[in-house]
Amino acid sequence: MNILLAKYPEEIKHILQKYPQEHKRSAVMPLLYLAQREEGYITKPMMQDVSEIVGISLTEVASLVGFYMLYHQQPGGKYRIQVCNDLPCALRGADEFLEKLCRNLGIRVGETTEDGLVTVEAVKCLAGCDKAPMFQVQDSGGVRYHENQTVESALDLIETWREQEGGASKPNPESQRGTKV
Amino acid sequence: MSSHILLRHRDLPDINRLDVYLKHGGFAAFRQVVTSMQPSEVTEVVKASGLRGRGGAGFPTGLKWSFMDNQNWPHYVVANADESEPATFKDREIMEGNPFQFLEGVAICAYAVGANAAYIYLRGEFHTLAAELDKHIAELEARGFLGGNLFGSDYALRIYTHLGAGAYICGEETALLESLEGKPGWPRLRPPFPPSYGLYGKPTVVNNVETLTNVPPIITNGSDWYRSIGTEKSAGPKVFCLSGRVNRPGNYELPLGTTFRELIFEHGGGILEDKQIKAIMAAGASSALIVANDEALDTPMDYESVPHLGAQLGSASVIVIDETVSIDWLINKTIHFFKHESCGQCTPCREGNNWMSHISDRILAGRASIEDVDLLNEVAHQIQGKCFCALGEFAVEAVISGIERFRTDFEKKVLPSLSAGSSA
Amino acid sequence: MTDQVTLTIDDKQIVVSENTLVVDAAKKAGIDVSVFCYHPKLKPAGMCRMCLVEIGRPMRDRSTGELILEAGGSPKVQFGPKLETACTVCVAEGMVVRTNTEKVQRARKDVLEFLLTTHPLDCPVCDKGGECPLQDLTMVYGSGESRFLFSEKTGREKHLPLGDLIYLDRERCIRCGRCVRFQSEIVDDPVIHFTHRGHDLEIFTCSEPGFDSYFSGNTTDICPVGALTTTDFRFGARAWEMRSSASICPHCPVGCNITVNTRREATANGNFVIKRVMPRQNEWVNEIFICDKGRFAYHYVGSRERLTRPLVRKNGKLTPVSWKQALNVVTEKFRRAGAGLHTLVGGHLTNEDLYNLSALTDALGGVKVLCSFMAGGDLVAQVGVGQNTNLAELGRGDAILVVASDLEEEAPLWWLRVKQAAERGATLLVANPRPTKTERYTSHTIRYEYGAEAKTVQSLTGAKNPAARDFAKARNAVVFYGSEGTDLAASENLARACANLLIKTNHIGRPNNGLIGVWSSPNEQGAWDFGFRPISGLAAKLQTASAVYIVGADPVGDNPSLAESLCKSGFFVVQDLFLTETAELADVVLPAQSFAEREGTYTSGERRVQRFYPALPPLGDTKADYTIAALLGRKLDVKLPGDSASQVMLHIAEQVAGYNGLDYLKLAEVVEQWPLMERIKPYYGGTSYENRQGLGVQLVPSAQRGAEIHPHEIVETSGGRGEHKGFLAVPVTRLYDQGRLVMPSLVLRPRIPEPLLLLHPSDATRLSVRDDLEVCVSLNEVTVNLRARIDDTVPLGVVLVPRSQGLPIFEPMYIEIKPKEVITS
Repeated sequence: MNILLAKYPEEIKHILQKYPQEHKRSAVMPLLYLAQREEGYITKPMMQDVSEIVGISLTEVASLVGFYMLYHQQPGGKYRIQVCNDLPCALRGADEFLEKLCRNLGIRVGETTEDGLVTVEAVKCLAGCDKAPMFQVQDSGGVRYHENQTVESALDLIETWREQEGGASKPNPESQRGTKV
Repeated sequence: MSSHILLRHRDLPDINRLDVYLKHGGFAAFRQVVTSMQPSEVTEVVKASGLRGRGGAGFPTGLKWSFMDNQNWPHYVVANADESEPATFKDREIMEGNPFQFLEGVAICAYAVGANAAYIYLRGEFHTLAAELDKHIAELEARGFLGGNLFGSDYALRIYTHLGAGAYICGEETALLESLEGKPGWPRLRPPFPPSYGLYGKPTVVNNVETLTNVPPIITNGSDWYRSIGTEKSAGPKVFCLSGRVNRPGNYELPLGTTFRELIFEHGGGILEDKQIKAIMAAGASSALIVANDEALDTPMDYESVPHLGAQLGSASVIVIDETVSIDWLINKTIHFFKHESCGQCTPCREGNNWMSHISDRILAGRASIEDVDLLNEVAHQIQGKCFCALGEFAVEAVISGIERFRTDFEKKVLPSLSAGSSA
Repeated sequence: MTDQVTLTIDDKQIVVSENTLVVDAAKKAGIDVSVFCYHPKLKPAGMCRMCLVEIGRPMRDRSTGELILEAGGSPKVQFGPKLETACTVCVAEGMVVRTNTEKVQRARKDVLEFLLTTHPLDCPVCDKGGECPLQDLTMVYGSGESRFLFSEKTGREKHLPLGDLIYLDRERCIRCGRCVRFQSEIVDDPVIHFTHRGHDLEIFTCSEPGFDSYFSGNTTDICPVGALTTTDFRFGARAWEMRSSASICPHCPVGCNITVNTRREATANGNFVIKRVMPRQNEWVNEIFICDKGRFAYHYVGSRERLTRPLVRKNGKLTPVSWKQALNVVTEKFRRAGAGLHTLVGGHLTNEDLYNLSALTDALGGVKVLCSFMAGGDLVAQVGVGQNTNLAELGRGDAILVVASDLEEEAPLWWLRVKQAAERGATLLVANPRPTKTERYTSHTIRYEYGAEAKTVQSLTGAKNPAARDFAKARNAVVFYGSEGTDLAASENLARACANLLIKTNHIGRPNNGLIGVWSSPNEQGAWDFGFRPISGLAAKLQTASAVYIVGADPVGDNPSLAESLCKSGFFVVQDLFLTETAELADVVLPAQSFAEREGTYTSGERRVQRFYPALPPLGDTKADYTIAALLGRKLDVKLPGDSASQVMLHIAEQVAGYNGLDYLKLAEVVEQWPLMERIKPYYGGTSYENRQGLGVQLVPSAQRGAEIHPHEIVETSGGRGEHKGFLAVPVTRLYDQGRLVMPSLVLRPRIPEPLLLLHPSDATRLSVRDDLEVCVSLNEVTVNLRARIDDTVPLGVVLVPRSQGLPIFEPMYIEIKPKEVITS
């Protein structure tokens, strides 16, 4: 039973038709995004589903999940705030921004807030160097950029997420504070 | 430049709408080539224009197209929208602001090389942008600018977007093709080059987004017009990405050959807090560090002149470094970038960057001796010239030039008395 | 033909074909360029950068294209600014390569130092120590002092099982990717791969169950460091402590060349024991590879269950006696039996054994029986593949038909070579009632119902369908026929149909053309060549036999109903390694020697006669089968050579058709093979052994000797499959079975499937059987419980039953299946 196929038949059809029939393997990366959509990370059964759809071994699928940074094998926060602190952004205060943001959230870089809402990660250049400090948010909806940020604007953003979650924070049972992701 | 050729949205903010783009002559060039030109004629025009690849290597674009192996079909076009070089953010602005001109460039290129399918490989972080491009492509299909029997001819073209998932190495064209085929982004052995063995083993042109965006105006205005911009050997406009310690960072579309001084001080508004400029990196993190003296500042930014400064123009991603920045800190950033992005395929890049990161960390933390600085320099030279692809070579540019040209920054950091144990 | 080019490597001028890589060209000129990632059997990867050399190319005038000459008239050569990898650059006319300049040595030193920054210093306990190129090259290029801080080394997992058979030491791994590329490029089983990247790059598996591949052991041979080791051998011995003996794998008809490594062992009272089995190069047979069964299933040789003394039944009990006593009993009975003697042999016996047993039986006028359910060895002797066949030469324009065989399970190395031929462009036809892995590479997949094998092959003769046409027009064509779904009569017909196809399409009597039998043992072809034949109605025949001599066969184990017949016979002797189910009932049991304790030859399915050498001293009171036969002969006034195997071969060469002119020296001849396997040279091909002890001799089939060959008649058979009731149970071969030669290997045990049968989902539904539940199967009054596996590749109305798991099934039979509960209630 292929759960991924059952859940997203239209999306999968759409993805597969982009590539020549005999090169279905090309669909593996878009399918992995689909596999990651719900949990925010990719489970082994999901990889198995992907491997069946594109016809490559489970190990080959897992190899890609390990190689590419936007795929995650461990659960993280519902929102992953990925702050660029690469050279150009760091020249414009990204390291201080990252440090202060984490301090305000009571976590260290790479950790998830207690309520399971936010994971803060440091990432390499995101092509937003002229609008530093900046970060991207990776969640079930995909990836969005937030540029020309201050610690206050970032905390405001997190506050709006908290409100969306219905005020009362719903801890994610699988993620704990201090979990390396 | 009063009116933009590439960043046209700066003059016409709505040009990312198809009707606006069409009103301003959009897709006339594509219509023209499909209805009245042979594919080889298109390639000839691009060759004559002197357009060179804007991704960093500066390879003549028309020449690349002419290398396509016509004994082997189908052909593919792949737009390299993996924009990942630190300090490079031009392709993103083009695709967001002036997407149809880029797509038209893709289409003309595809026609010129006889491809019926083109892929736009975007870095995974450009998720939202890819969704926008998908909408634009759907619009173009609905309006008959993409699909079958284009403009009444028997030419058909489909364009697809494809998202990467976070890997700098995929900007290297053969790693990109591997990734597009659903594999880890490991560069391929070359030769064969993509025009003879590319996507799915078929002849493929891989061009940067900015390169392709140059193509429609070249068709519309002709190669002579194009050659009138820029320098003799570096023709055309270029989007310069200005970042770092300047007052107005951002993209600036200027002719190739504009000086560093003009970019940094006129367009960029000078150095933050009026500090002294110290160094320039012209090609993002892959650059050698240029000592920002008068000679350097007055050097024209083109493919021929920058090498005289012991550096390369690359993707023209200009990082400005001022006196507040210590170079040992700076190279620590670049080393960690390359350590993180090394694909791991070849020994020198995989192990060398790891080794450099340890030494550099020790220097930065003040736990190193001057011998460690020399060791770092030696390890960097030990990597140089031995790597599988250019990434490994890029990784040592800032290190070698930084130690050579800014040695005092390192000397200040180390403890001369501390003979940090360098052997185990 | 490719063009030849002339180039200069280190001042040596050499001529090689134009597609040769610089690294190989150098090797051919006797120059070792050091490599880690490059392996001559794999595509170039250019990863490790150890083979960097200086490469210069002749300069040409840009306008005229003419060579630019030096003042002295020689072409001017330009060297690039960078070193190039000798493993990725092809030779070119006029190229000049320097492999040992200061610059090159410096580069090797640099790359080696990088590798050592992550490599541990555990050579003293590493299995690769002593045969490790990293160790050797470090002796040459290592600095002796580390500039990398020990405290900055990354600790990595050192004992990571990738599966039941292979361990990974991530600290030792130098990320050359040979193992990953071997699994994907060569065996198409990509269950191990790289994950992560940069410095974190590592080998891993995510597959279930792990690194589970029939060829996995080969990765430990080609691994250039001690990163991959076998569960069987790791920490078992140092390379230099072991003795090496050339041998031939005794498990299947491919006849892989192997080297048996032995050492004295405290746990074996200081006796020699086998420590490991390694591949030995024979590019005509197994190249430099062996399958995991060949590598790991040797443990039966050292089993405590081995027979060591002759036994004679006294007062109903088998009692140890001296050879003299035992032989006296046997000769007495045999003399009396005369023509009533039935000699039953198995396919594990050597040609020398078979010759003496045949001569002995013939002298008494007895009957020679081969315990097998597959026929056609006589046809293979006629239209088998011609002398000088090498499957590696098959490619575009050639065709291969595989029928009634699951080749990967039955003869893994043939599967590998067939797959590679298909990848080189050969037309592959696979005919089987169910899909097998071989089908991945087919041009034509042919399905038929069990029982329609011969008809299916017949229909390829002269037919107009594309499969038939492709086969007929092929330049060379080979047919592999197996015995899946055939009983003896059907097997005979299938063999005839295959022979006819080859005869009618004129694919006989030449190298790379002809018939190959996928036998279930290493020397069944030899048994046919020496006049032994399988017979039908064995039970009835045995009841009337006055004496039965069973050598290397276990008919009761295969078919318990034969026990009664045997007991009704006048007298029966079993000569074997083990007290088999048959032996337990025998009047006399004689202890034989295993392949490891003696000399002998096997005739492979491709009719290559290959010689093996003793690896261990004789065990206890055991004797070689040919010696025992000769001793019996001596007492029965039949003069047989018994002192040495080579002596028997001289008789064979004189008297056995097709074997003329053979002798042990000829079988020991070698020629230089490519790639050169010199084991611990810097140009490192792996620990597979070089072949210095013989490539064997391929026999000439009669069609190649010019005999006139006519098509064979095919007789309709009714088939003895019992009443058409229930399910047609088809015995299928699995590489790892519960046979006596596999079970003693503890490392293979977890890989042996538990007793099971496979059936189609619809049949399962009809029977209300769920996956993984036990069902009750009855056949010939034997009832066993087997786990049901639901598998949609099984044809409807059929159940597949792997052999050797307790069910007395050796040919297709109709059986009853009931859910287990019904029986127990």
